[in-house]
Amino acid sequence: MDAISMIFEASLWAAAVRIASPLIFATLGELICERAGVLNLGIEGIMTVGAFAGWVTVYSGADLWTGVMVAALAGAAFGLLHGFLTVPLGLSQHVTGIGITLLATSLTYYAYRVAFPEVTSPPKIETFVPLEIPLLSQIPILGEALFRQTPLTYLAFIAVILVAYVLYRTPIGLAVRTVGENPAAVEAQGIDVTWLRLGAVAVGSAFMALGGAFLTMSAFNSFYFDMVNGRGWICIALVVFGSWRPGKALLGAILFAAFDAYQLRLQQLAGAYLPYQVFLMLPYILSILALIAMSRRAGYPRALMIPYRKGER
Amino acid sequence: MSDSSDTSDVVLRLSGITKRFGPLVANDAISLDLHRGEVLALLGENGAGKTTLMNILFGHYVADEGTIEAFGVVLPPGSPKAALARGIGMVHQHFTLADNLTVLDNVVLGTEPLWRARSRHAKARGRLAELSETFGLAVKSDARVADLSVGERQRVEILKALYRDARILILDEPTAVLTPQETEALFATLQKLVERGLAIIFISHKLHEVMAVSRRVIVLRQGRLVAERKTSETDRHDLAELMVGRAIPEPKVEPISLGSVALSLQSVTLEGEGHPRLQDVSLELHGNEIVGIAGVSGNGQGALAEIISGIVAPSGGTVSLFGQPVRHFDPARMVAHGIARIPEDRHAVGVVGDLSLEENVISARYREAPFSRRGLVDWKKVREFATRIIADYDVRCPGPQAATRLLSGGNMQKLILGREMAREPRIILANQPTRGLDIGAVGYVHQQLLKARGNGAGILLISEDLDELLVLSDRVVVMYRGRMSPPIARSDVAIRHLGLMMAGHGFAGQAHAA
Repeated sequence: MDAISMIFEASLWAAAVRIASPLIFATLGELICERAGVLNLGIEGIMTVGAFAGWVTVYSGADLWTGVMVAALAGAAFGLLHGFLTVPLGLSQHVTGIGITLLATSLTYYAYRVAFPEVTSPPKIETFVPLEIPLLSQIPILGEALFRQTPLTYLAFIAVILVAYVLYRTPIGLAVRTVGENPAAVEAQGIDVTWLRLGAVAVGSAFMALGGAFLTMSAFNSFYFDMVNGRGWICIALVVFGSWRPGKALLGAILFAAFDAYQLRLQQLAGAYLPYQVFLMLPYILSILALIAMSRRAGYPRALMIPYRKGER
Repeated sequence: MSDSSDTSDVVLRLSGITKRFGPLVANDAISLDLHRGEVLALLGENGAGKTTLMNILFGHYVADEGTIEAFGVVLPPGSPKAALARGIGMVHQHFTLADNLTVLDNVVLGTEPLWRARSRHAKARGRLAELSETFGLAVKSDARVADLSVGERQRVEILKALYRDARILILDEPTAVLTPQETEALFATLQKLVERGLAIIFISHKLHEVMAVSRRVIVLRQGRLVAERKTSETDRHDLAELMVGRAIPEPKVEPISLGSVALSLQSVTLEGEGHPRLQDVSLELHGNEIVGIAGVSGNGQGALAEIISGIVAPSGGTVSLFGQPVRHFDPARMVAHGIARIPEDRHAVGVVGDLSLEENVISARYREAPFSRRGLVDWKKVREFATRIIADYDVRCPGPQAATRLLSGGNMQKLILGREMAREPRIILANQPTRGLDIGAVGYVHQQLLKARGNGAGILLISEDLDELLVLSDRVVVMYRGRMSPPIARSDVAIRHLGLMMAGHGFAGQAHAA
């Protein structure tokens, strides 16, 4: 098998969709926050929280979907904290976000150590299993790539459609898009800027946590330190890549994941000739190139990172 | 403004509104009534408290004291939502539109319950079309706001209020950004609105507009309501005095013989992104002369100013100073040639706000004697110089070492004037030198420009204020889409004609001829 024919392997694309799933959730989450005008660099920490919360819930005996709910709620809680600091208090969104990431990550590790003081190898849970969609899964290549995944992956795709619908077709979505562009416009139409942004950050953070939960409840079956491993930062770039649009962000996530899946296979093929780090680098280099090509003229939300203080002069 | 509406049907009553920002009393116990079917003008200088008062009315600010009643019901303070619900609409000076959204989205925002599963756009589109038809406010409902002209954006703002069935409409400095034609169209719209029983508060500091559009005038000065007049029983002079609190001298332009050519542009062109910023612009400026440049901002005035300041080089044509063609465009060289600049945005370009007054007055000259000695700044000399400017130009400030951003707009402009005039410039580029200043400061700036003219300087005066241009300029040119009209002597200028030219009349033909 050579490097070119690998591209047409169904298993490559199945892996790409699998790798993309947590990115899709977290990118959607970041997208919602930024559309409302709040940069959320807490993403990396909130994904870690989600990964732990979902997993530990299931480990304590609850069913998988309860774990998903708990992960989302835990993410929303940290989102509210970020929102409280950046929206009504108007603190620097960069600094607060990085603080949230450090806080959330450390708290999670602490909680893990408290819950499992003695273990050497992390305990495992029964995760989501792939669910074949009848008929659709028989389509060549596409069937294996898209329709033999776990329910959480399907949920990620549904979430893209849902978020796009809410943003573009409903009054609340219109308000969110407006508040990221010009909060004064929202206030002048009688809508409360603070609550709107807080809500958006909380919901966005819940999506981020789902991205983390995917790692422990679908991709792997237990919780490791550093398992989020920079995925949150990739999502920040994917939002820009997707020009703050859910559909384009989905494409970006799949593209990045495809590079990642491809490099894993290349490693096996050519690993004897090149250090493996070169392959690890590949998706990031390609992402940077794609970013340069796609987002030079990205129309970012005009009020992104600008705190809004009512009655300020 | 028919007489039948002159019964005392009060739709809005402000009682004893007081608002403080720290030690500053922005509104001091202001009470006023607004009647159905009238245009009430709120007149006052910048900082008189007009916008603050309206922001309190609309719920952006909370008053420290006082109450607001709309249609007999007290409004809860600090709630735009409540104000909207009581039929109060506001057209803000800085538009509250989201540029990336369509007109329809901007209008519909906030008018539906937020948790509805689907926006009802079709119905909204119909209603918007109906409203724009009725009131002559033409807009394309699916256009992105970013693609609209300023006049169109304002129409969207008015439609936003009408869409919510506003019965009271507040317009905050609505004409600041409009051409004379757009202003006339706006006034016609306001007329239609009051005929249908709306009550309008029109905020302005432009006297002729207040005279033209209102039935009643309320004058604010330093946060106090100082006078109320029926428009029919007052005149511009009276209002100006009430607004400023003292008599205003009209600037006098003495006839004077022209000096030699100071600045000349021949077929100057400047390419921009996609379309040229300047196209075939020719102009001569003499000593002892003020040439006024009229035009809606964004029609090439900025490019012209950048070339003359030496910030950019023209793509084609010749710029000559005192008969010598300029080869190298560089701000330092232009300053050395005796060009002084009063920039358009004094906060961004005119001064460095966080530096002190004394640091700002030597910003172009810190390397020259006597301010620099053996490579070090002689702060004693600098301080003497700054103190002299502060005294001569009446800059109200805590002292030469105060941060410049603490100055009011007028005082900042006086400081810039002092700095530039101290170099005895031979050419002055004054770009919107009085924008945002109050009448007192405006008069001062005008006086100084005329004094410089008397001393032999040639002055290019870029302004959107036609009254200002007509008072000061010896000749006027109009800029439109990067082109410049031939100069018109002041005696031959008619405002209406200028307005038409600003909207592009007469320019297309010229394009063919060229």
